[in-house]
Amino acid sequence: MRAPLSWIKEFVEIPDSITAEEISDGLIRVGFEVEEVIKQGSDLTGPLVFAKVLTIEELTEFKKPVRYVGLDCGEAATRYVICGATNFAVGDLIVAALPGAVLPGDFAIAARETYGKTSNGMICSARELGLGDDHSGIMTFAQGTVKIGDDAIEGLMINDVIFDVSINPDRGYALSIRGLAREIAASLNLKFTDPVDALRNLTFAETGKGVTAKIADPSTASVFYLRTLTNFDPRATTPLWMRRRIEKMGMRSISLVVDITNYVMLELGQPLHAFDKAKIKGGLTIKRAGKAQPFTTLDGQIRQLHPDDLMVCDDEQPLALAGTMGGAFSEISETTTEIALEAVRFDPVCIAKNSRRHKLSSEASRRLERSVDPSLAEFASARFVQLLTEHSSAEHVSTVVDGAPRYAPLLMLDPAYISRILGLEIAPAKIAELLRAVGCDVDEKNFEVDPPSWRWDLLTPADLAEEVARMIGYDAIPSVLPPRPVHASLTSTQKRRRAVATMLAARGLAEVQTFPFTNQETIDFMGFVGERAATYKIANPMSEEFPLMRVHLVPGLIEVAARNISRGAQDFAIFEMGSIFRSSQKLTDGKFPEIGLRPSSQVIDEIYASVPPQGFHVAGLLVGKVENEDWQGAARSYGWQDAIAAASDILDLCHLQWSIARSEFAPWHPGRCAELIVDGKPVAHAGELHPRIIAKYGLPARSAAFAVALSALPDSPRVRPTTVGTMPAALQDVALIVNEKVAAGDVEAALRAGAGDLLESIRLFDRYDKLGDGKISLAFSLVFRAPDRTLTGPEVAAMRESAVAAAAKATGAVLRTV
Amino acid sequence: MNEAEVSAWVKAAGEAFSAAADLESLKEARLAHAGDKSPIALASRSLGSLPANQKASVGKIIGEAKASIAAALERATAALEREQDERVLRDEVVDITLPASRSHKGGLHPITIIKNEISDFFIEQGFSVAEGPELESGWLNFDALNIPADHPARTMQDTFFIEPVESGLVLRTHTSPVQIRTMLQNDPPIYVICPGRTFRADELDATHSPVFHQVEGLVIDKGITMAHLKGTLDNFARHMFGADVTTRLRPSFFPFTEPSAEVDIFFNGRWIEWGGCGMVNPRVLATCGIDTDIYSGFAFGMGLERTLMVRHGITDMHDIVEGDLRFTRQFGVGL
Repeated sequence: MRAPLSWIKEFVEIPDSITAEEISDGLIRVGFEVEEVIKQGSDLTGPLVFAKVLTIEELTEFKKPVRYVGLDCGEAATRYVICGATNFAVGDLIVAALPGAVLPGDFAIAARETYGKTSNGMICSARELGLGDDHSGIMTFAQGTVKIGDDAIEGLMINDVIFDVSINPDRGYALSIRGLAREIAASLNLKFTDPVDALRNLTFAETGKGVTAKIADPSTASVFYLRTLTNFDPRATTPLWMRRRIEKMGMRSISLVVDITNYVMLELGQPLHAFDKAKIKGGLTIKRAGKAQPFTTLDGQIRQLHPDDLMVCDDEQPLALAGTMGGAFSEISETTTEIALEAVRFDPVCIAKNSRRHKLSSEASRRLERSVDPSLAEFASARFVQLLTEHSSAEHVSTVVDGAPRYAPLLMLDPAYISRILGLEIAPAKIAELLRAVGCDVDEKNFEVDPPSWRWDLLTPADLAEEVARMIGYDAIPSVLPPRPVHASLTSTQKRRRAVATMLAARGLAEVQTFPFTNQETIDFMGFVGERAATYKIANPMSEEFPLMRVHLVPGLIEVAARNISRGAQDFAIFEMGSIFRSSQKLTDGKFPEIGLRPSSQVIDEIYASVPPQGFHVAGLLVGKVENEDWQGAARSYGWQDAIAAASDILDLCHLQWSIARSEFAPWHPGRCAELIVDGKPVAHAGELHPRIIAKYGLPARSAAFAVALSALPDSPRVRPTTVGTMPAALQDVALIVNEKVAAGDVEAALRAGAGDLLESIRLFDRYDKLGDGKISLAFSLVFRAPDRTLTGPEVAAMRESAVAAAAKATGAVLRTV
Repeated sequence: MNEAEVSAWVKAAGEAFSAAADLESLKEARLAHAGDKSPIALASRSLGSLPANQKASVGKIIGEAKASIAAALERATAALEREQDERVLRDEVVDITLPASRSHKGGLHPITIIKNEISDFFIEQGFSVAEGPELESGWLNFDALNIPADHPARTMQDTFFIEPVESGLVLRTHTSPVQIRTMLQNDPPIYVICPGRTFRADELDATHSPVFHQVEGLVIDKGITMAHLKGTLDNFARHMFGADVTTRLRPSFFPFTEPSAEVDIFFNGRWIEWGGCGMVNPRVLATCGIDTDIYSGFAFGMGLERTLMVRHGITDMHDIVEGDLRFTRQFGVGL
């Protein structure tokens, strides 16, 4: 919303000593963000004059249109200038910059030779004068609205300060000069004159029968003013001051009738719509479209109406999309002589829906969906009649009203509540004074507050607290720390996540965060099936390429890895922690209980149950070499075992007992994937990525990945450490020959079981696969220790033999003799 | 043999040991002056042939001389051994500027780091860290926060809806539903922050991302005022941006707070919009079953990306979301 200072000053007594910056700060202080302060004309100096086009010579020998134009600038002789625009004809009134003038952008005008002629000035467009972005052609003026030779800087009221203000959705009233002027006055403690005061007692003679007005359903509109005018001469022109104000607001001048509807809307905030009365059959009724049908709005678009669309209809058809845009059929035209002017206080929700269904946000709908002062239907339509009859031959015929304004209810306020919420002691008299400044009537005896007609948002004491705070200034509220609660800490889950992330970062993995979106093609290509492939679809995705929620973290990591590789990275490791979205439950219809009262616990449970569980995972991707190769020599490549190590280290970090099993699981290599199991549940997978995926995404061969379902892990048990033994240890190495299909883990488990309680540790220190004949050798180092004595040779030998025997029995292992 | 002769042997031995430049020449000097054929050894061996009355006195002289020579040898040996050890160490010098670390540089994502930093700050103030699902009930994301069904925020332009739309499920547009969950599940006093990932249908550009992060704070207790909100935000801003930072509250509008405010910070010479805040709307408290006659509260929220970008001078959102290692690795595990 723009606000020219010259217009604001009509309603606020602003002394010249107050600067634009002070006004801007004043607006910010009461909650209006000033996006820009435009100082129009500050970089423009004359001479700039109105002139009449006398002759046009088209210079045709150039690539673009060039005109040599003779101008009457109110001087003795005709002045000739070169002009590249073509939107004017002989006899048109224009504005010309004469030599010596300086236009915005430090553009000095001088007599110059160009296109083989002498150009003695320049015909100006609005943009060249810094008046707007319109560069479609030069500015032209209706006959009689400007005087040839007059100073155009003054005539166009160029020197002005324009505030561009963003308006919060609860402050629809401020989408008007009236509203912003009031706020400026209140903020800077200046005298404000409500423009509506001058309209309250306007009456117009009833000279005939006007168009009738009817609201079919009072929930869609409270009050409908319809004023009929006649004897309008469509050749009437918009006075220059009005046109300039409309232009300063960022709109275009169209015709006198349309300009006045816009002018009144900008001034007061009430959208108006003027119909060509000749096109109306019978009376006007506000009602729903009722059925789907095509409707042409005045922007020329044919729109398919929804049965619920709120329309202004005559006896035969819809004529306007209520509060949003008029129809082309009944639009004011160059032949209109009779006018029906509509001013309605529509229900904001109805207009919001109209606007949204047709993706049509107009100046009118923007105001109406934010709620408009209900008293304005009468006063704004009166203002229209006042202006139109003043500036044209039009005469008032009749005013018809249906319904009556409905205002926000009275409020009982406990003034102590305001101090209590703001943390600032404010005397009741002061509260009353501040509330009056925003337009409330306050009965100080019992603190009954009557919000002003334009404030439909003041419905609770909390709303009044904000008004008081705004007016006293948020700066006045002290800064105090709240009472400190006794204690808090991260939850064990949160601590665990941090520990895991820090561990991975410390071992060289860089954390990334990817968008949790995917598509069916990726899900299928990764090989996810069944429950692991089922997910949720976004009804309105950012891009049709990624309409689904991710079911796994690894595909996102692969994308990031491919991006890094494309940018030159070779050897690296990355990880991500985040939610995945597997659709394990059928979605039910959402529950939307009324608010303002706590729903029953059953309903709350249903709301919670309607939200499907979302797993929290950590996953990593290991690409290329384990280390950077350097002067110390080569480095080995990441492999399946590194992924398993990362996953199992995470479980170890959480003190969880796990077992491992081979698994054929997407997106891993079916022969090189491990499943880690805790409490009988698979909680992690790790290994080499499937070669098909590695090939498609151009990853280095044997790239490996892991994924751990952090949210599926049980709580960590309390650590109960065993006492550290200080008696001497007995070290025993055994080398066993087994079939190559035998898992080392099985051999180790058997050795461990056979070795007995005094086995302190066991470690596979060698694996030799060159024996041939389908055999391999596995060498283990066993450490035995007794808590209370030194073990004897025979004791240790017996335990070792028992271990080997157990391995032989379980896995067919044979002791290797050298 | 007389005493002077013996003294000369001792002196010659000492000089020879001192003169030895290395252990090899010391060995030669030892053989010459303390070896089997050295004068002192020969004299010692000839003791037995001396007359008895001389044995004791000459024996004493020779014994003392032998001890002196042995001590001198020991000193010389120790000195030369020390010298040799030092030489070996000197010879073993390496180029310590050779690149030592060959491991990949890991690190946490800056959003994780700033989230941790904020969490730690508030935990020290006695706040807990609350979390909730990203795929969320529309009632918790909107209605319960006093955002009615026809509110512009609930249009397809701003919110991602899940099919079928009748499910009412959305990708949460803010972390505020976590506040609602907290209030529904806990009795006051409530002191929590809710950091987390949020979603809005904005195109990715230099300053926007459809997926971003927020941290929100919620305090519900007896006697909580807007002054407490200010105090908390001032403290938080100083922690994030330094002791010199100034904050400013500006009136604003949010359906879930009344009064509402924008919080700006004056940082690096200009006012920057940091987040939104206000006193929790009594309608929201009532919806969560909190007695508004007894309790009041405040809430605030800000974007983590924005905080990070402002504080660290990051100019392009793409760097934060693309996962380029060259970006992430600059952060290590702290900012």
